[in-house]
Amino acid sequence: MRLMLSALVLAALSTAALAQSTGVAVTQAWSRASTPAAKTGAIYVTVTAGGPDRLTGASTPVAETAEVHQSKMTNGVMEMRPVEGGLAVTPGTPIHMAPGGYHIMLLGLKQPLQQGSHVPLTLNFEHAGAVNVEAVVAGPGASEPPRP
Amino acid sequence: MPETKPTRPAPTWRFAPIILAGFAVILLVAAGAIWFFGAPAPLQQAAAIGGPFSLTDGAGKPVTDKTYRGKYMLVYFGYTFCPDVCPTTLNDVAQAIDKIGPVADKLQPLFITIDPARDTPDVIRQYAAAFSPKLQGLTGTAAQIADVAKEYRVYYASHKTGPGPGDYTMDHSSILYVMDPSGHFAGVIRADEGPDAIAADLKKIVS
Repeated sequence: MRLMLSALVLAALSTAALAQSTGVAVTQAWSRASTPAAKTGAIYVTVTAGGPDRLTGASTPVAETAEVHQSKMTNGVMEMRPVEGGLAVTPGTPIHMAPGGYHIMLLGLKQPLQQGSHVPLTLNFEHAGAVNVEAVVAGPGASEPPRP
Repeated sequence: MPETKPTRPAPTWRFAPIILAGFAVILLVAAGAIWFFGAPAPLQQAAAIGGPFSLTDGAGKPVTDKTYRGKYMLVYFGYTFCPDVCPTTLNDVAQAIDKIGPVADKLQPLFITIDPARDTPDVIRQYAAAFSPKLQGLTGTAAQIADVAKEYRVYYASHKTGPGPGDYTMDHSSILYVMDPSGHFAGVIRADEGPDAIAADLKKIVS
């Protein structure tokens, strides 16, 4: 019986390890506080892939829609665009989302994002499926995630 | 008294050397100004940026460029719907203001929206206040915003992102403008160089 249990645990562990090696890890999710009147927000995450994958969409209960967007400065003009066709992630090159680049754009905020609170976020990947994370909310113009 | 008539032009002729001397002085001053401030090209360029505007502040009150006479204006154009870049810039500006100490008292930072359809006075007031109590958000009619953007040579355009009327983002110039206390152009500062560099540039321009 004990042997069988150990075997089961071993099997479960190896499955988990396997999932890790081919799946994606989403870490360091953070956002910035918004005003009561604000209708938009942005969440930044770091995505590390075990195998080639694609971030195709996102959702959160605090906003009507969540999209992958990119901000870009061209000749002194700032542009923000939805990333068409999803964001490709390759093993070995994690995507560090940060202000002024890639971000999860929250549209139709249902409530203000309060500093210090946590926002649930689901990221959908082509192969790894849905990955749930919680983003911690920093100050209104923070340039990096709050230190723990 | 028939002689009085021909003598009438005499006073004008008597003043002619003084008038000529006056012109000479003006020319000398102008030449001196060009020599002192440098080539005429930057002067023309300086005159081209900024100008009169009529807008609405966060309390819904009308304001003009004259409202801020006596203070340097630090002007940034953006929109509150932008959750990524604009907060970074405004936070950097707020930090820079904290770094320059008493110089900040001579400065009025302004955030002018280029998305007046969405940025009502209430929206822009809350947004600006989130970064600094000193930062004033300004909005206006579409025509007023177009006018002030033209004065400051600011480019902006909406970009559709979906089928709905509210599905758009704005492209806009991202530069900090400094105007002197009499409303004339005093300099530009890069918006993306961080709070330390913005503070150093402000100290150089604001005196």
